[in-house]
Amino acid sequence: MDTSEDILQQASPDLVRGSETARRSKAARLSPSFISWLQAGPMMLVFLAFFLIPLVFVVIVSFWDYNEYQLLPAFSGRGYTDTFEGCIAQLPDLCTIGRTYVKTLKLCVMVWAITLFIGFWVAYFLAFHVKSKTWQMGLSLLCTIPFWTSNVIRMIAWIPLLGRNGLVNSGLLKSGLINQPLEWLLFSEFSVVLALVHLFTFFMVVPIFNSMVRIDKSLIEAAYDAGATGFQTLVNVIIPLAKPGIVIGSIFVITIVMGDFITIGVMGGQQIASAGKIIETRVNALQFPAAAANAVILLVITFLIITMMSRIVDIKKEL
Amino acid sequence: MTEGRPRSFYVLAIFFAAYVLFLYGPMIAIYVLSFQGPQGGLTFPMNGVSTFWIAKLFQGTGIVDLGAAFRRSLLLGIIVMIVTVVLSVAAGMAFRRKFRAQSILFYSAIASLIVPSIITSLGISLEFRIIDDLIKAHWNENFETSMGLLTSGLGAHLTWTLPFGLLIMFAIFNRFDPRLEEAARDLGATPWQAFRHVVLPIILPSVIGIGLFGFTLSWDELARSSQAIGAVNTLPLDLQGLTTTVTNPDIYALGTVISAVSFTVITLALGTIHMLNKRQAAKGSDAGKGLV
Repeated sequence: MDTSEDILQQASPDLVRGSETARRSKAARLSPSFISWLQAGPMMLVFLAFFLIPLVFVVIVSFWDYNEYQLLPAFSGRGYTDTFEGCIAQLPDLCTIGRTYVKTLKLCVMVWAITLFIGFWVAYFLAFHVKSKTWQMGLSLLCTIPFWTSNVIRMIAWIPLLGRNGLVNSGLLKSGLINQPLEWLLFSEFSVVLALVHLFTFFMVVPIFNSMVRIDKSLIEAAYDAGATGFQTLVNVIIPLAKPGIVIGSIFVITIVMGDFITIGVMGGQQIASAGKIIETRVNALQFPAAAANAVILLVITFLIITMMSRIVDIKKEL
Repeated sequence: MTEGRPRSFYVLAIFFAAYVLFLYGPMIAIYVLSFQGPQGGLTFPMNGVSTFWIAKLFQGTGIVDLGAAFRRSLLLGIIVMIVTVVLSVAAGMAFRRKFRAQSILFYSAIASLIVPSIITSLGISLEFRIIDDLIKAHWNENFETSMGLLTSGLGAHLTWTLPFGLLIMFAIFNRFDPRLEEAARDLGATPWQAFRHVVLPIILPSVIGIGLFGFTLSWDELARSSQAIGAVNTLPLDLQGLTTTVTNPDIYALGTVISAVSFTVITLALGTIHMLNKRQAAKGSDAGKGLV
């Protein structure tokens, strides 16, 4: 050690001086675990103050009572009973909350299927067909840039295209395919699904692409050499190996759609109910315990979906 | 695999191009429409070309005080960006060693990312309401509210940007060669020197990427702000408010101005990243390339 430092001292005196200070301060140096705490602590505090504690408050307040204008901190199941009002009486018909959840789940499944299809093939193209790294970067960036721009703008951007006098309608009218403008293009379930796919396919592309670029290309070659067709390779090699990405992407898309109230509000013309919109409506009516009860229900259902999906794949291992 | 391009390449290339058109087409449509003439409506065809609607926005004759919202959003975005970068880099460094509560932090970040925004937003708003009630009951009866842009609003945005920052740090350190840092330490660098002169320059392009996420996600944030921002509005909230009432190209002009800021930030960040990468490639060491 000493001799090597002597040599270093000659070659680069500054560095060794640094090493002396380093050695001197060693005694006073903080333990590694304390440094880890210092480094990770601030982020942990933010999550504690603005995520974990608020979640606890949501659960607590969901069991509070309320009147027209304020919270009453006394135990009550009113938030829940109000939410499920009439659910038993109306059987076998679904009550409002039941219908809303069925509707939300339906939207979820539609958006999930479409984003999965688009996301899979976009990722496949980027991962397997684009050979040059520069092009791969450039095209991935092209897919990412809209994610950095405003969601609301990307929603209202459909208005000039889908509106009553929009491009699609006027095009169809001119071509004589229809006699009067299609009303279901905008402020409808169709436009909600379209906008959700438009906004959130990104969340499917990224994880699937991530899984796909990690697939060893020689495995695919081996499959071809062993006589597999392109389709067989896809089903037996690529899809199983891309599964973690597919599951992570699916978790993102499903949880986003389950909790969405903005896209459904703006693109549905504030007419379509959803799990997220119930919460917003209750908050606007200052019925916080009822809003919190609905949030707890949504949280439980989302959690169940994620647990089911993460049985298929260990998320932590994939990052 | 085979010589030349397989047919599936062309099919998927067209599919990809269609997807990109689907992504950008509608956005470009409203950028174009915001340059409508004064008589223009919400849809094509264009009724003349002018900057009438954009100018009108800046005259402040619109429905809401956009200038103030603009400044608020900008301020919040910059603060969120700085905090996101600092906390993410620090926490990312911590994750290179094992420490207790590691998995708690990891799962908090993942949960914060996927728990529906409306729930986080509602939770923060309840938390601050309860704090307000406590202050009113015990200390100051005239207390208004602790909710605001830089308290609950900042917190709400951070629950959205920090997970992205942390995940980007994971991606960086997955590829990072720890021997570089060891070499620095062997040469006598203090931990801070090793970070400042070795680690940071290498990860800097990605750190700028974190900043880009921090600012743009905050600048456009809506769902989490909705319940947690307090009395004032950010720009996206104003824009969302306009969607139900406005019937002229005002809203497109506002959309174009908001997007212009996003695109400026994106261009600046990507340009800087590109420049840093190029400099790294040009001045990079030949370490690991074998002995001559």
